[in-house]
Amino acid sequence: MTNTDIKARQPLANQEQSLHLLRQMLRIRRFEEKSTELYSAMKIRGFLHLYIGEEAVAVGVAEALSTDDAVVATYREHGHAIVRGMSMGAIMAEMYGKVDGCCRGRGGSMHLFDAEHRLYGGNAIVGGGFPIAVGLALADHLQKKARVTCCCFGEGAMAEGEFHESMNLASLWQLPVLFVCENNFYAMGTALELSESVVDLSSKAAAYAVPTATVDGMDVIAVAEAAKKASDTVRETGAPFFLECRTYRFRPHSMFDPELYRSKQEVDGWKQRCPILSLTNRLKEKGWIDDSTLEKLEEDIATEIASAVDFAEQSEWESVEDLTRFVYSDVGVN
Amino acid sequence: MEQQLRKMTYRDALNEGLREALQKDERVFLMGEDVGRYGGCFAVSKGLLDEFGPERIRDTPLSESAFTGAGIGAALGGMRPIVEIMTVNFSLLALDQIMNNAATYLHMSGGLFNVPLVIRMATGGGKQLAAQHSHSLEGWYAHIPGIKVLCPATLEDARGMLWSALLDPDPVLIFEPAVLYPMERTLAVDAGPVAIDKAKLHREGKDLSLISYGSCLHKCFDAAAILAEDGIEVDVIDLRTLRPLDTESFLTSVAKTHRALIVDEGWRSGSLAAEVSARIMEQAFYQLDAPVERICSAEVPMPYAKHMEEAALPQVASIVATARRMVHG
Ligand SMILES: Cc1ncc(C[n+]2csc(CCOP(=O)(O)OP(=O)(O)O)c2C)c(N)n1
Repeated sequence: MTNTDIKARQPLANQEQSLHLLRQMLRIRRFEEKSTELYSAMKIRGFLHLYIGEEAVAVGVAEALSTDDAVVATYREHGHAIVRGMSMGAIMAEMYGKVDGCCRGRGGSMHLFDAEHRLYGGNAIVGGGFPIAVGLALADHLQKKARVTCCCFGEGAMAEGEFHESMNLASLWQLPVLFVCENNFYAMGTALELSESVVDLSSKAAAYAVPTATVDGMDVIAVAEAAKKASDTVRETGAPFFLECRTYRFRPHSMFDPELYRSKQEVDGWKQRCPILSLTNRLKEKGWIDDSTLEKLEEDIATEIASAVDFAEQSEWESVEDLTRFVYSDVGVN
Repeated sequence: MEQQLRKMTYRDALNEGLREALQKDERVFLMGEDVGRYGGCFAVSKGLLDEFGPERIRDTPLSESAFTGAGIGAALGGMRPIVEIMTVNFSLLALDQIMNNAATYLHMSGGLFNVPLVIRMATGGGKQLAAQHSHSLEGWYAHIPGIKVLCPATLEDARGMLWSALLDPDPVLIFEPAVLYPMERTLAVDAGPVAIDKAKLHREGKDLSLISYGSCLHKCFDAAAILAEDGIEVDVIDLRTLRPLDTESFLTSVAKTHRALIVDEGWRSGSLAAEVSARIMEQAFYQLDAPVERICSAEVPMPYAKHMEEAALPQVASIVATARRMVHG
């Protein structure tokens, strides 16, 4: 059993990869900033859980996954959907509730699905995705397919029974699941130490004989490296691995949250460690990026987002006649 | 040519259905608590471990939510899992997975992900197992759009519903009334898959429609025989599929008999019987010569003592008495 503790910062090794990681994080950040605007403009409704602050996790982990691997995520999954390769237009249209959304507007922000990129939700029941990830890995095991199922969840979900049942099952049956805990230290307003008798999260996975690692989730390079090691282990052993990424949510839990449970100083402290800011600074130190490249990067992303919004605006509402479709595969069952 | 029949139990018929499915399709596997080495808590999967091995007959830990959800995931991943939950009361620990995932995935994903999963479980009272092992909650499950709910009452259905359920692209729940496991009847040698979208008219009469399913169906058969001695001839309908309901079957019957009595082991309030009754009122009101009536379980958690359990469950005597009153006034 290994528990790689958070290590000192690794030097940036590769300019191209570093720029790519920065770009992916920025795509998520700007997409979500636009989404909040559109929420205020009442274009997007329902719940909207932002990933802002946590981008390094999805981006770093995605580096370790191939297109053939599967991802099971939570309601805070815009970032995962974007880095999985889904088009921003399909995601935006989904949040608008339009028919060209990835789920025809049936799912919304919390339920992004994509068959081509093997994204199995978007699950709004805390802990609900654990057993599904185990089952996807079981199917791969039975069909002798060497693939990884990546299961992302918040630390709050680890208090649910489904975490423990699923961890036990994945380990007992030696199934290829990469469990990624996005530990942002709060489950809505409940701090980790107020919901867990043991706050060392890895020890919970270790109790099921699952190897673990903990990484600074604000450092995308570190996450990418840790996720690569973790997924390599899963591929080699065909067995589960638990990776804890320590991160922070800069924004409210969802759209309705006065943030009474944490101080402004605490939030500001974490903002100093913004994964995008720190990578940008390191790139600048290296001389690998300058202001004009950065500007160009921002421009390209702004264009991508603008066309996604445009796509969502142009898309139609699904006909109400189709209301009862997709309840059963064969249409017309009452 | 005379049909060749063999004697067997309801349990044997289920076992044959499982064996056939495992033989026919490599993607099919069975998982649940004690389905392998123990042979199934009701011995339904006896012998299958030896024949198909531990990869396909998988004993699970006591984790209803995890292994039911794993069934959903495996179905999404290309397999055709059969999940066995020991009894319906324990299925409540997996209700989140059944209701929030299995039933919703196709719809939430806008048609991208269907879940070809079969979940089997025992249901119902009559074995003095008291209030945590005896309830009939299939009517509850029948409330949920996105799943199909079957209840085999006969050997043909016990044997044949499973394969049809496995062919279905969506989640199918099969409820096996626990009192029926030892029931011995005959089954055609060449029995095979059966339709799962139609109710079945088992006995024909002109005076009243007895509408039922599951173990109560057999009580209706007994009641029908007694009523026939009095000259009261009844239709006996086995709903078989509780969702989606074959409404046509009982409307047609009521159009002939003008009287409907529904016998349902679920609790009366908000029951499947209530749904059937409502559909008759809505669609055949002017055909009725008498109010629709229902015989359901008493609204108590199932008691242990034999006489109390019998008093709580629908019984032949009350079916006969109610039918007589409805016909003769
Ligand atoms: C089973 C369940 N209980 C409660 C909720 C309401 N809820 C939504 S998110 C959340 C907090 C979850 O925290 P965590 O798992 O740490 O993830 P995070 O939101 O921080 O990403 C709660 C309590 C829910 N959606 N599902």
